[in-house]
Amino acid sequence: MNAVVRYFKSLLLIELLKGMALTGRYLFAPKYTVRYPEESIPKSNRFRGLHALRRYPNGEERCIACKLCEAVCPALAITIDSEQRADGSRRTTRYEIDLFKCIFCGFCEESCPVDSIVETHVHEYHFEHRGENTLSKQKLLALGDRFETEIAAARQQDAAYR
Amino acid sequence: MDQMLSLFNSYTAQFPTLWLTLKILLLPILPLIIAVAFYTLAERWVIGWMQVRRGPVYIGMGILQPFADTFKLLFKELIIPSKSNRFLFRLAPMLALIPAFAAWAVVPAGEGMVHADVNAGLMYLLAMTSMGVYGIILAGWASNSKYAFLGAMRAAAQVISYEIAMGFALVGVLIASGTLNLSEIVQAQAGNLGIGEWFMWPLFPLFVIYLISGVAETNRAPFDVAEGESEIVAGFHVEYSGSAFAIFFLAEYTNMILVSFLVPLFFMGGWLSPFPQGWGWIGTGGPHWLALKVAIIAFSFLWFRATFPRYRYDQIMRLGWKVFIPITIAWVMVTGVLVYTGVLVPNA
Repeated sequence: MNAVVRYFKSLLLIELLKGMALTGRYLFAPKYTVRYPEESIPKSNRFRGLHALRRYPNGEERCIACKLCEAVCPALAITIDSEQRADGSRRTTRYEIDLFKCIFCGFCEESCPVDSIVETHVHEYHFEHRGENTLSKQKLLALGDRFETEIAAARQQDAAYR
Repeated sequence: MDQMLSLFNSYTAQFPTLWLTLKILLLPILPLIIAVAFYTLAERWVIGWMQVRRGPVYIGMGILQPFADTFKLLFKELIIPSKSNRFLFRLAPMLALIPAFAAWAVVPAGEGMVHADVNAGLMYLLAMTSMGVYGIILAGWASNSKYAFLGAMRAAAQVISYEIAMGFALVGVLIASGTLNLSEIVQAQAGNLGIGEWFMWPLFPLFVIYLISGVAETNRAPFDVAEGESEIVAGFHVEYSGSAFAIFFLAEYTNMILVSFLVPLFFMGGWLSPFPQGWGWIGTGGPHWLALKVAIIAFSFLWFRATFPRYRYDQIMRLGWKVFIPITIAWVMVTGVLVYTGVLVPNA
């Protein structure tokens, strides 16, 4: 009996029509596609994008050259040289991140005791020449200056959970 | 104005062949090429929407996308494989395209709107639609590539198998209408009941089988094993690029539009209105009704592609030989009985 029912079901294309009804419904469903350059989806405040070095409000750079980020970096993307500055504090003379090596894990930011190295929300960037993949200290500080408000706001939002 | 008209008439009388060529170019060919262009766009939109995507939206809101695609293809280099048969390699796309266009000679767009109102129109159509497979076989063979060859073999076997079921389905139409002339087949479906007079009701199994065979005949999803990407890359046209590929593309879509015309002509009353004839303007037939029916069938082609996964090759053969052919033979006999007992009256 079952075989007969199945035979007629397949003969009457029941399952095919069911499938077509499904795709027919989806024809009118709202579309998921985001038209990326024009629209974008909201980003988490924990988003890990391009790196930046922050400063204190008085303009002094935060980084104290403790090299914890260099030590924790699993991709060995960070290179730091340091020396004693005239006022006796320890500061970096060189702070470089190779973006080709970086895996954007965020460990450098986690390890930083003074919230100096951070990852911003910026993910749209490109290189046009060889060597631009290495972010120097000047570039990182400039990025920090440029995005300080966004960086501070994102840290503020996340502070309650840390 | 009269002067221009008489001048025009004298010219057309002087160069009848030229005038005929111009007519053929202007009426079926040029609109067909444009229709194919927009059909590809419609395909990408419909399939995109069914997959909850947007489809092409950028070049002129997507409207100009087919033109961008066409010009990209035309400007590309036509690469001929060094071990191919160069003559047949170039000939094959034309052999695919010419029958696809030639079949349109007997397809009526409305009452009297047909290039060749021949009495054996249905035979001519069968001949032309099965000629297209030569282009595919030659393309596969001349490419000298195993994928192209396998694709061509599959396409040939499939088209031949479904040709039989398709032919039997048309035998039913033939018995019910009593004529081979396409315009008369449509006229045979006229009557006071409107949609109730169409052949799709008494010949319902044949209607469904003709539609499905039409999909298989044009090598479209879910019967597109001839170009199964997962196994044989792109099938018979793997080695074709640029304008030659565009010609295969054009032939395939022209055939799809042809089948979209034939199903309404044979089974859905062609240009006749679905409403009873007595209802005034809404009941009178016209090309707009045919266009509506063609749009429905053409849309269903895209719907099938968005819905069904590709058939396995042995399933295709089983469906063609062990399901469709027995059913069509049985229903041809039923049609014969219906006509014999006077339920269906040919040429009424």
